[in-house]
Amino acid sequence: MKALCWEGVNELSVEQVPDPAILNAQDAIVKVTASTTCGSDLHLLGGYIPAMRAGDVIGHEFIGEIVDVGPEVNRHRPGDRVVVCSIIGCGRCWACRHDEWSLCENSNPTPGVTDLMWGGTTAGIFGYSHAMGGFRGSHAEYIRVPFVDYNAFTIPEGVSDLDALFASDAAPTGWMGAELGGVRPGDVVAVWGCGGVGQMAARAAMLLGAERVIAIDRYPERLAMTARHVGCEVIDYTSTDVTAELRERTGGRGPDVCVEAVGMEADSTGIQRVYDGIKQQLRLEQDRPIAVREAIHACRKGGSVFVLGVFAGFVDKFPLGALMNKGLTLRGAQQHGQRYIPKLLDRIAKGDLKTSYLATHTMTLDEGPKGYDMFKHKKDGCVRAVFRPWA
Amino acid sequence: MKRLVAGAAALAVAGLGMARWAASRGRVPAAAKDPLESSRWLGITINRPPDEVAPGGHLPEPLSRVDAEVRMNRAPGDRGTEIYARPREQRAGADGVLARLRGEDPRTGVRTALRETKSLLETGDVLRSDEEFETTRPTLPGKVLDMALGRVAEGGRL
Repeated sequence: MKALCWEGVNELSVEQVPDPAILNAQDAIVKVTASTTCGSDLHLLGGYIPAMRAGDVIGHEFIGEIVDVGPEVNRHRPGDRVVVCSIIGCGRCWACRHDEWSLCENSNPTPGVTDLMWGGTTAGIFGYSHAMGGFRGSHAEYIRVPFVDYNAFTIPEGVSDLDALFASDAAPTGWMGAELGGVRPGDVVAVWGCGGVGQMAARAAMLLGAERVIAIDRYPERLAMTARHVGCEVIDYTSTDVTAELRERTGGRGPDVCVEAVGMEADSTGIQRVYDGIKQQLRLEQDRPIAVREAIHACRKGGSVFVLGVFAGFVDKFPLGALMNKGLTLRGAQQHGQRYIPKLLDRIAKGDLKTSYLATHTMTLDEGPKGYDMFKHKKDGCVRAVFRPWA
Repeated sequence: MKRLVAGAAALAVAGLGMARWAASRGRVPAAAKDPLESSRWLGITINRPPDEVAPGGHLPEPLSRVDAEVRMNRAPGDRGTEIYARPREQRAGADGVLARLRGEDPRTGVRTALRETKSLLETGDVLRSDEEFETTRPTLPGKVLDMALGRVAEGGRL
């Protein structure tokens, strides 16, 4: 079959690879009908997640049709149209039973890597390196889905492919940031990053009752898209002092909840960007925590900061003093998607949540390298490139 | 000129501070090595009650296969069962280091048995990686990665 493979830093190509097979009795094979780029793929592409081998199939946010199931699959059968969570959960360990699916204890066949890196084993993730289980990604014609009864969700009639697609990752990740960030009715919420996840976090905050939501980015087309589709306020950080602007918009308090949806390759203006860029290139820090620092400084006393952007290792100049003395709550997680996907599909079906507009560019799988080039460099206003392997 | 003087003064103050700090430290102690490293129990918590983990006192197969001492107790807070194991053969010091380098560390087998036991009891299966149907091709960085992953994939804190 055809698949989009990582070949080296900033190198992708479409290759012929062996078809996936059922390896465990609770697996299914899914024919991928749509699979999208995600900002976290750029960290793989840029070589910031080192556990990649040439030929690894990437992609983790997808929908498709089940074409084969193992003998112990009970909730799905061939023909089901499903959205699959990008994080793999077993459904029965303590973490999954407590709806902390990205902390699953049985879905990563190479658990020693994250155990040593982070002091604990985390869940497997499709197409996200050999540290996260070595599972093949979804930018392919077919994909094997382990523990399919817990990780695939039937798409309701009337929900389009492109709306359902973002229920795989962007929508539940954004929802989790708002919900676990503790958004309550009447809150002021600031979201750093107007990519797919940031926009979904902003929309989730509004649906959870926030009185004001303010999203921050630098790309005019993303800011305009967020204002138009999410309906929140926006700030362009290249022309505005973000913390001063947030203080002025919040009676001097700062936002109650700050959601960081940027990750390890954060950009900014001024000396901070140069400092973190040099340190990251010299591997003196693995991640650039620019948006996290700003969120901590901007947050109101006693407020909360949620880190949604993907980080892998160590950062420098972390404002622990501000965090401690302002009495902030800091949380973060990979998405616990299985906890949110069913209710998000309901909201999408009812029209409360719109997602398909994120798919700014739809193309064939053969155009995968071009799609990532457009996505990475924000060409032609690309927010998400969606690949249709069977188009 | 004013900036130059201020800069030099700042450097001098910083230098004095570092010198005082170094003098106050005396000899820096080496990182502590765990003297019990080779004999510590490896523990894992299984989300099942003890009577399902070892019905009739019989250990589940992955653990009964390895030559290890095993003990278990109910986990606090309704978390299931804590199960502990350690190899009967303990290889400490230089012998232990050599065993690890050769891939013959008996603790690796016990660690894997504990993980498989947990997965079997909780899910009925041990998940296999897609790596069995390889799509990758050999490269020099890939070989370095293979060497690193080959050691740590079965390792970890457990």
